[in-house]
Amino acid sequence: MAQIRIENVRKEFGAFTAVQSSSFTIEDGEFFMLLGPSGCGKTTTLRTMAGLELPTSGNIYIDGEEVGQKPASQRDIAFVFQMFALYPHMKVGQNIAYPLRSQGMSRVETKRKVDEVAQILGIQDILKKPVGGLSGGDRQRVALGRAIVRDPKAFFMDEPLGALDAEFREHMSEELRALHDRMGATTVYVTHDQLEAMQMGDKIVVMNHGVVEQFGVPQDIYDWPATMFCASFIGSPSMNFLTFDGMVGTGADTVTVGETQIQMPTLRDGAKGALALGVRPEHVRFDDSSGYRGEVIATEYLGTTQIVTLDSAHGMIKARIPSTDVVRVGERLGLHFDARTITIFDTERGTALRSAGNEGVLSHG
Amino acid sequence: MSSFSVTEPSARQKYFAGTLVSLYAIITLLPLLWIIATGFKSPSDAIAYPPEVFFEPTLEGYVNLFTTQTRVTAEAAAELGEPQTWYEQIVRDNDMIIVGPSRYGERFFNSVIIGFGSTFLCIVLGTAAAYAFSRFRVPLKDDLMFFILSTRMMPPIAVAIPIFLMFRQLGLNDTHAGMILLYTAVNLSLSVWLIHGFIDEIPIEYEEAALIDGYTRFQAFYKIVLPQAATGIASTAIFCLIFAWNEYAFAVLLTSGTAQTAPPFIPTIIGVGGQDWPAVAAGATIFLVPVMVFTILLRKHLLRGITFGAVRK
Ligand SMILES: Nc1ncnc2c1ncn2[C@@H]1O[C@H](COP(=O)(O)OP(=O)(O)O)[C@@H](O)[C@H]1O
Ligand SMILES: [Mg+2]
Repeated sequence: MAQIRIENVRKEFGAFTAVQSSSFTIEDGEFFMLLGPSGCGKTTTLRTMAGLELPTSGNIYIDGEEVGQKPASQRDIAFVFQMFALYPHMKVGQNIAYPLRSQGMSRVETKRKVDEVAQILGIQDILKKPVGGLSGGDRQRVALGRAIVRDPKAFFMDEPLGALDAEFREHMSEELRALHDRMGATTVYVTHDQLEAMQMGDKIVVMNHGVVEQFGVPQDIYDWPATMFCASFIGSPSMNFLTFDGMVGTGADTVTVGETQIQMPTLRDGAKGALALGVRPEHVRFDDSSGYRGEVIATEYLGTTQIVTLDSAHGMIKARIPSTDVVRVGERLGLHFDARTITIFDTERGTALRSAGNEGVLSHG
Repeated sequence: MSSFSVTEPSARQKYFAGTLVSLYAIITLLPLLWIIATGFKSPSDAIAYPPEVFFEPTLEGYVNLFTTQTRVTAEAAAELGEPQTWYEQIVRDNDMIIVGPSRYGERFFNSVIIGFGSTFLCIVLGTAAAYAFSRFRVPLKDDLMFFILSTRMMPPIAVAIPIFLMFRQLGLNDTHAGMILLYTAVNLSLSVWLIHGFIDEIPIEYEEAALIDGYTRFQAFYKIVLPQAATGIASTAIFCLIFAWNEYAFAVLLTSGTAQTAPPFIPTIIGVGGQDWPAVAAGATIFLVPVMVFTILLRKHLLRGITFGAVRK
């Protein structure tokens, strides 16, 4: 079990920079998510941590020891590959035993460990089978078995559910999380699925274009995104942005969007120019007394809630309201935004302005 | 395999395909059977027209193949007494006596050393080179691969004279080492290209998984890559062996004694005692055996290897 610290890690492939100066810390026993769109450098980051790539610069600490230039075999971590990488010329049991053989463990002890792991994963009855004919879920379990059999310091998983079909993913993700909770091992998990990250992770790093955008617990990242990218990447539908030109000063607790004054958490930063007011769909209410108006252009029924899309003077707005409320397309409605949840972004830089709401989250991010 | 949508063929189609395959097998096997049969004929049966399908088998051809004989007068033969063994008897029936073994055994053994030796070298060097090209960042990789291929674009015999001169200068003429080197050089490009294709097909994650599991790079190569490339390596080995085994032109040109292989030797048998076709056929039959055994041993790899290479993306 281990704490892993990444310090200014940078990885270049020739002239192309895949990861730019990333820093974050994974605490002992955490289920840690590396989240970001495809091609943003998640796999590269994970492989660099594992020792399959060497960082161009920066340091990686596992339990306080700098391992940045050490080969993978000396880092004592286990890696579950996206396509599982089960050795095709070996049976299931041999696959699981393989990491132990490199340690020169005795035959009896190896068998005992393999049986124990098979027990945990519920795959005792397929140990003698070749890996060729296994279902996706069983392959996944064998890959996990190969990872846990060694009691490594940490588990690294690169989109481990990506190769499974949707129905099975749900089931496997629960199984994975339960396994983690039982063993308490530090786990770093790569995914491009924000829902998976929110559901499974203790902490999340959000990456985009090789840059760490935000790092924190899922709730904080959801409520107080540090950047417009985080705000739009996480949540479905994503955060609404009302874009406007204007000026806000330090200490202000209202902002003027068009004609309307909108309340917000007291700002700790000021900014001028192209701004955006960010508000999540569930924090938009219909209120006839509000001066801020939008015209309903679509509704989407989702069971207990519905998503109403409105056209306003400063962009499209989606509101999540109970499906019992009746709205008709073409209606003009007054919109109220929950003041405590609003974030103001500087759209030039794409970052959030600090406020009474998010300062706690952003200061350690 | 899964990319083709194949419906189960009907019984008629299967029957038709089976007939075609059988016909083809008969056509290709017939010359082979002919050679084998001729080896067991007497010289007069061997040249009989129309050809004899049923004949009295004799080992005369094989005895002639393996022995050197000389003609003796009836009196001299009588002085020697009765032949001691069955093969001496066969020879005596033709008024000949055995004066020693022939060179066929040596030549055959030369073929084995040179054929398998060059195949082994081709596979070792080819696998190492192919692995490096497939896994490491080799500068000018594509150009080098093309260069390797281009060494095979000219018919090898076109450079026979320079090679002959070089070999003479280096003292490699008529040596085992020289022939092994030459056949390795000719086959290496094929070996690198074929094996490269197979190694490229093996996902790199397997090796990375082994690295993470605590194995060294070499162990990962040896324990993970090699078993999975076995198919490709086996089929490449068969191609290399067949070439080196059957090679005639260089063998005639560069070997005459110590390192002469079987192919240039077999035709010389004809001259030994009239036109001794059964002895030639016997020599050819024995010559076929090693490649056949080698191919049969590796056949399950061969078939997969050939189709595997063919459906590469
Ligand atoms: N070995 C490599 N050589 C060159 N570019 C690479 C290499 N590996 C990854 N990249 C590039 O780095 C970027 C990040 O890749 P990756 O880490 O795999 O992204 P993700 O896992 O987030 O989808 C991509 O643009 C990819 O093309
Ligand atoms: Mg990836």
